[in-house]
Amino acid sequence: MTPEEILQGLYDETLKGNGPRVLELTHQALALDMTPGSLLFDALIPALEEVGARFERGDYFVPEMLIAGRAMAGSMEILRPLLADTGVETIGKFVMGTVKGDVHDIGKNLVNIMLEGAGFEVIDLGVQVAPEKFVAAIEEHEPDIVGFSAFLTTTMPMFKANLNALEKAGLRDKVIVMVGGAPVTQEYADVVGADGYAADASATVKRAKALLKERRSKVPA
Amino acid sequence: MAVVACGAIAQPMAQSVARHGWSVDVHPLPPLLHNQPHRIASEVERLAGSLAERYDRVVVGYADCGTYGALDEVCERLGLERLPGLHCYDLYAGADRMEELLDAEPGTYLLTDFLVRSFARTVEQELGLDRWPELRDEYFRHYTRVVWLAQSTDELELRELRTLAQAAAERIGLPLEVLHTGSVGLDAALGALVDG
Repeated sequence: MTPEEILQGLYDETLKGNGPRVLELTHQALALDMTPGSLLFDALIPALEEVGARFERGDYFVPEMLIAGRAMAGSMEILRPLLADTGVETIGKFVMGTVKGDVHDIGKNLVNIMLEGAGFEVIDLGVQVAPEKFVAAIEEHEPDIVGFSAFLTTTMPMFKANLNALEKAGLRDKVIVMVGGAPVTQEYADVVGADGYAADASATVKRAKALLKERRSKVPA
Repeated sequence: MAVVACGAIAQPMAQSVARHGWSVDVHPLPPLLHNQPHRIASEVERLAGSLAERYDRVVVGYADCGTYGALDEVCERLGLERLPGLHCYDLYAGADRMEELLDAEPGTYLLTDFLVRSFARTVEQELGLDRWPELRDEYFRHYTRVVWLAQSTDELELRELRTLAQAAAERIGLPLEVLHTGSVGLDAALGALVDG
């Protein structure tokens, strides 16, 4: 296969969520000395962007997104250390978690997939994440953005508890806070004092990029 | 009177109507809307609108059902009453019981008789597990149990449903617990709507 055919294959098979084939093509590409950055930026990321677009159009649903994300994740396992070695930088660091009392993580995982596909480094704290765990993770990883996810109206109030914990720890101004989840609205995000909200995974990526750009434009280099 | 009903509870509603001899027609919407709650409010509005000329009263046979207030906005605008609660689970087991159940174990995956019977279509197919069984853990890794809210009181039917519920729980790799709720709660809630 030519490098162009491999890139096209990676794109097509990621869209289909064919993990084994994506892995095979990744190995083939590296054997041909194709750069990890090329695989990422010329095939995998465009494929994930297309997955997001299809989801927005209603052509793809949650399973299709998850399976495509898994296919990409398999390739990323191989590419991630190589990308680091070749100095390809992530566009930002994102700490993510489902709030305490809530075990729902499908939406959060979709967001993670799309964020990673867009070039973010994602540190996923999992589910039922207590405020103090968010604080510890922010202190440890110094992310650009932290995301709180909630699926239940009964767990949404944890957003405020998390924000209070960040305030108390003196971290509130050091990190952008985004919130999301099925019951969450822009109004609710405003009320609790979050910096950003997005209704779905694709919108989260766009909003995260915009918030990051805004933040960086205010901070002298 | 017409009830615009969630397809997942239309059958027990129709049974309730027959039992009480109410002059009520049950008009179900597709039960798979259960998996796309953002579409429920507009579908209810559409069907309620089309029934308005044919009936003296139209009511809504949905709880909030994951619409997070969107259904209430439609109801308020059109002057419709709906079933109480967040989900049909509240109608079967009672809101307080449901809260206790989920407080005790947030990782509780709930089934009703309808979901037990239609598990292959409404759960496995909708989640893509029929095509990608490897996604099972993506969906269920944080769940620790399945609780089947059993409505049926017929011994024979219960035995059949129990087998199906057990198979469903096994397919998602979780232990099964059974909570016999009957349909008294749904019956009472529908009765309240009928009495208006």
